[in-house]
Amino acid sequence: MTVISATDLVKRYGEVAAVDGVSFEVAPGESFGLLGPNGAGKSTTMRMVGAVSTRTAGELTVLGLDPDEFGPEIRARLGVVPQQDNLDNELRVRENLLTYGRYFGLPRRLIAERADELLEFAQLADRGDAKVDELSGGMKRRLTIARALINEPRILLLDEPTTGLDPQARHILWDRLFRLKEQGTTLLLTTHYMDEAEQLCDRLVVVDHGRIMAEGSPAALIRQYSTREVLEVRFGSERNAAAAAALADVGDRLEVLPDRVLVYADDGEAALVEVTARGLQPLTSLVRRSSLEDVFLRLTGRSLIE
Amino acid sequence: MSAVTEQRAMRRGGVRALYAGNARAVVGRGLVATRSSNWVVIASGFFEPVFYLLSLGVGLGAFIGTVTDAAGREIPYAAFIAPALLAVSAMNGAIYDSTWNVFFKMNFGKLYEGMLATSLGPLDIALGEILLALFRGAVYGIGFQIVMQLMGLNLSWWALLAVPAVMLIAFGFAAIGMGVTSYFTTFQQMEWIMFVLTPMFMLSATFFPITVYPEPVQWLVMALPLWHGVELVRGLTTGVVGPELLVHVLYYGVMIAAGLAFTTRRLRALFLD
Repeated sequence: MTVISATDLVKRYGEVAAVDGVSFEVAPGESFGLLGPNGAGKSTTMRMVGAVSTRTAGELTVLGLDPDEFGPEIRARLGVVPQQDNLDNELRVRENLLTYGRYFGLPRRLIAERADELLEFAQLADRGDAKVDELSGGMKRRLTIARALINEPRILLLDEPTTGLDPQARHILWDRLFRLKEQGTTLLLTTHYMDEAEQLCDRLVVVDHGRIMAEGSPAALIRQYSTREVLEVRFGSERNAAAAAALADVGDRLEVLPDRVLVYADDGEAALVEVTARGLQPLTSLVRRSSLEDVFLRLTGRSLIE
Repeated sequence: MSAVTEQRAMRRGGVRALYAGNARAVVGRGLVATRSSNWVVIASGFFEPVFYLLSLGVGLGAFIGTVTDAAGREIPYAAFIAPALLAVSAMNGAIYDSTWNVFFKMNFGKLYEGMLATSLGPLDIALGEILLALFRGAVYGIGFQIVMQLMGLNLSWWALLAVPAVMLIAFGFAAIGMGVTSYFTTFQQMEWIMFVLTPMFMLSATFFPITVYPEPVQWLVMALPLWHGVELVRGLTTGVVGPELLVHVLYYGVMIAAGLAFTTRRLRALFLD
């Protein structure tokens, strides 16, 4: 039993295919991620799942229904956190929740109860009467998430939930989302932050140019497409390419970036010993665990954040 | 197979996806939001026609004296222009809410995007916003009607029906105004609304009968919505009531239906692609 099922999903705007044959399935209670750079087609996919955009081709069911036919029924059971906050600035914080609940046709008393619980959950209980404009970026984001939960959705759609937030605000948000996940809410989220995907996603697809490049759990993807460790060495931007030529057979694989050389090896320290043994003196060196960023680089030859 | 296809087609084109029967949630939101409104702007929309009535009706009217109405009676100039200004005040209220307010919500507030992520459909939003605009138009109209009563410019008991007539006028302008605004993305484009409204205000038999125009121009003016509004309200407040008033009502009925359909289509095209 899946809650979202997409098969060869396509969305074309004129000649341009924003989504070009995407297939994936999301199980109930699962936290599923779409990872990719800006313009990869993540948001367009989210809009189709959210029943606010019709597909050009392919099959899509959300909670067993076709979003092109049953838009209102599906939207009634979804929570949507858009990429840019669209809170109602003319209303106060608590009023935002109350009014949004009314859009779903829910009774006032029920909404009032839930609004208080959700303000608590969003750590905004003491800001209920504040104006939206007075909130910080992180608070606005948490209010947007609280608002998306007012109808007790079966699925929560999060489009770039922490983009533009400072590190502390991101960690608070992740903690909140992790709690939702523990309570069994199905999460579908897009992100171009690999640390976010690693923190929140049980499973994810890597998307680029509207297509799926790979699918799996973060750990499995790293195992499959990267080595256990990565050695990052910098020789100065002039000398990186020359140094890389001398290192061609060190480790499993090399990536030469404009500012550094990445050496993929299961043992990073041993690779570093080998580098110095060849008479090369890097300006800086760093051994770290492989991340989804490395998976993306391997799959597309490009960085996630450009 | 064909039955399934038919059913699909029906659902896609059907009203189900457009309307959740919950326009009251949109109206409710508007009433809560009104508290943070710019009250100076709201008040100025009401006082503008009042000032016209005082300066032109009372001031200039002292020089003009009386005007011959449709029934051939001599009536004071103020009583001639007051119903026209009443129709204008309804139009102003409706236009302000359905153009500038909608413009901001659409382009800056992203309000409708948020609403359409819920069970609401485009028709709920269009109807809700238009009802709010109608409400403001009605408040202006009733306020102006009271001013007219105090100045003794309601010449007949039919004037009581001017209140529903004013709501009809506000509904019509709000429905068209919101649809037109959906095409505008810059402030410069919004100026075009005034470019259309100002001449219509001046020329729709507001301050003088259209018989002063050559016949082709008369036909042109008679095609404009405000002329129908002015004639409808004038007929009622001066007590010259005949079947031609029903034509004006019908004109607004068509305008409301067309405006609602048009606005709903635009909202769907903009936010549910």
